[in-house]
Amino acid sequence: MCHATHDLKAGKENIMSTTFVDEKPTQNLEAFKGVKKVPHEEYYTSGHRTCQACESAQIMKLMAKAAGPRTIVLGATGCMYVANTSYYSTPWGVPWMHTQLGSAGSGALGVAAALRVQMRKGAMKDEPINVIAFCGDGGGADMGLNAISATLTHPDYNLLILMYDNESYANTDIQISGTSPYGANTSFSTPGKVKRIMHHRWKKNVAPLMIAGHPTCKYVGTISTSYPLQAMNNIRKALSIGGPTFIHCLNPCPKGWDFDPVLSFELGELAVNTGIWPLYEVENGNLHLYGKTKDIANGRFKRLPVRDYLLKQGRFAHFVEDDIEYFQSKIDEMWTKWLVPGVIPLQKEVEADDPPAR
Amino acid sequence: MATTTLPVEVEKKIHEQEALITGAEAIAIACKLANVDVVTAYPIRPYDTVMQYISQLVADGEMDCEYIVAEGEHSQFEIVKHASICGARVFCGSSGVGWMYAMEALTVSPALRVPMVCMVGNRALDDPGAFGVEHNDALAVRDLGWLLTWVDNAQEALDTALIAYRVAEDRRMLVPLAISCDGAFLTHSQALVRIPAAEQVKQFLPRYDRGDLLLHPDNVISVAPQANEDWVMEIRRQNYAVTERACSVIREVYADFGRTFGRKYGNPFFEEYLTEDAEVVLLGMGTLSTRVRVAVRKLREQGKKVGFVRLRWFRPFAGPEIAKCLERFKAVGVIDRDFSFGSPNLSGVVATEVRSAMYTGASTRPPVLGFICGLGGREVTVHDVEKMTDIVFEAAKGVTQPLTQWIGLRG
Repeated sequence: MCHATHDLKAGKENIMSTTFVDEKPTQNLEAFKGVKKVPHEEYYTSGHRTCQACESAQIMKLMAKAAGPRTIVLGATGCMYVANTSYYSTPWGVPWMHTQLGSAGSGALGVAAALRVQMRKGAMKDEPINVIAFCGDGGGADMGLNAISATLTHPDYNLLILMYDNESYANTDIQISGTSPYGANTSFSTPGKVKRIMHHRWKKNVAPLMIAGHPTCKYVGTISTSYPLQAMNNIRKALSIGGPTFIHCLNPCPKGWDFDPVLSFELGELAVNTGIWPLYEVENGNLHLYGKTKDIANGRFKRLPVRDYLLKQGRFAHFVEDDIEYFQSKIDEMWTKWLVPGVIPLQKEVEADDPPAR
Repeated sequence: MATTTLPVEVEKKIHEQEALITGAEAIAIACKLANVDVVTAYPIRPYDTVMQYISQLVADGEMDCEYIVAEGEHSQFEIVKHASICGARVFCGSSGVGWMYAMEALTVSPALRVPMVCMVGNRALDDPGAFGVEHNDALAVRDLGWLLTWVDNAQEALDTALIAYRVAEDRRMLVPLAISCDGAFLTHSQALVRIPAAEQVKQFLPRYDRGDLLLHPDNVISVAPQANEDWVMEIRRQNYAVTERACSVIREVYADFGRTFGRKYGNPFFEEYLTEDAEVVLLGMGTLSTRVRVAVRKLREQGKKVGFVRLRWFRPFAGPEIAKCLERFKAVGVIDRDFSFGSPNLSGVVATEVRSAMYTGASTRPPVLGFICGLGGREVTVHDVEKMTDIVFEAAKGVTQPLTQWIGLRG
């Protein structure tokens, strides 16, 4: 608890005591020191019906493992709701609740508030309980963005919003979301006889949006399921640092991206190694790039061409050479022109954007 | 000197306070007395004064709750929905299109069995923008499993808020409840209100206990997993069962309220005014009752035997009782402060429901005329009531009248 006392200069009297931020302790989960130290217990187990090699289900499993048993999970509407929790066959070993598509932020806030007030009033045992809202890119980057933004401004509540990003509305038939990559073939952007590229928008840069917009938020980061130990440890850090936190995870989706399920893991790595998906954490305002991303930034690793990533996926099968070049040029820009390479898209000089197809 | 024990009634008087407050302030005080845990606010007139009062109560240390200002009504209602499932007693509210903005949260709450208590400061729906009262906002959730009540004065607002928590949080119910207060006429109008003592309220209102439906690590449950044609119908039937029980639970709680606080409301579902010898009656909800009562007294001086029925609970709709009450009159006029465009007979919502109740529940069926009146905050004047009464008397004489008429309309 942080109490501040105001002194009146004239009378030097204590006139009032003001509580600024009433921080509750967290579980203080330490990092797993190696894969062999990770506990065997699973809190997301059998009973779901996700696709083969579903990386979104994978991060949900890792998240539950990382958080442990004293956790409440909210699952926003999306493929990870519909494919995961069928009535009478729930896979959850921790309390779980369905949350509306746009309610990851407000739902987590409501749970954290209820726990805090009941513990304060003695109506519930006082203990740190992890609160996690798990939402997709549709729920997090599109519909639920304002609720998440508001929640990240509430320093009093300990909670984590984990946004899994399979770059489409994968539950409803693979439609464009705010994080679908440029040019992707989705069921709302199928290439046609006249228009080759139906989706012209560039992927929303979600984590930096959260960083820049919410100065009191203590932890924002990106993760990838292709680096599971790191992902779990970042989740544990986000749950331990206190206050509301946000993690954005990229999740290759065999169905939505149209690739052989055997490639799920490799595509996650390629996204990082091509520089498309930078891995970083912002902890108390300090940016740390990690993994291959750090090597890319330091010049120790040369980014692989985006072609290697794009051409393994059916959603880019309609790309012509110009499209691949354009995509590559936009990624190059991230690393050569951005004020904080790979993270913050402010530029000193703005050049005209000239995509090959409109 | 020997000490004597004071009679209970006297004890109550000692601790009870009287204050000149608005309807919104009365509900804020009820929230304090109910020891509400989580309150969410978002500005929209006219309901939002209740949140201003609660904010002050929190700042003054009179109320201990999580007071959260949301970034929109959708979040406002989602926050309390989740808090309620985690065991917190919650309060929120809205008005007009704000209530509609929260519609998704309002829709899922009854099926999730969330006993959130809300205040609706009834307001006309946009467009055009208007601050005044209309009942279409709260009525929009009438088919979803919400309990809906309309109050008429600040005392009733306070009492009903306490009753609301008992009813909504009853294990047999666990459904959301909205207390409708006519915008401006009640939300912003002061009246003398008797405020019960905290101890009495504590006795009347036990702590909310969600039991085995609590979302907590000690109770590992999955709430609202995906169910399709295999189970949805059975789940809907459970909500239906709540509505079957609603009337008896409400009756029970009003009786206990009367015993605890000494203020008895009689029939909880509707209030009758000068109906005993009446030939015709008017029926309506909310604050229009003040004008109607004045008009009824005036008309009776002219020898016109008219009475008034004020509907207090719209959901549950006490159909058989209302039918039994109304069947004894020669004609009935229903004043709707709402509209239901395209409905049977193009009447308002209340008239349509009354006719439906009468069709099955009444042994004789007097004509039921629908009046659309007082929309957008326009006053229902004594003159309007006289006009409506005259029309109802014509119908009672057997002169056919249009089934729906707009009263107090210009041009």
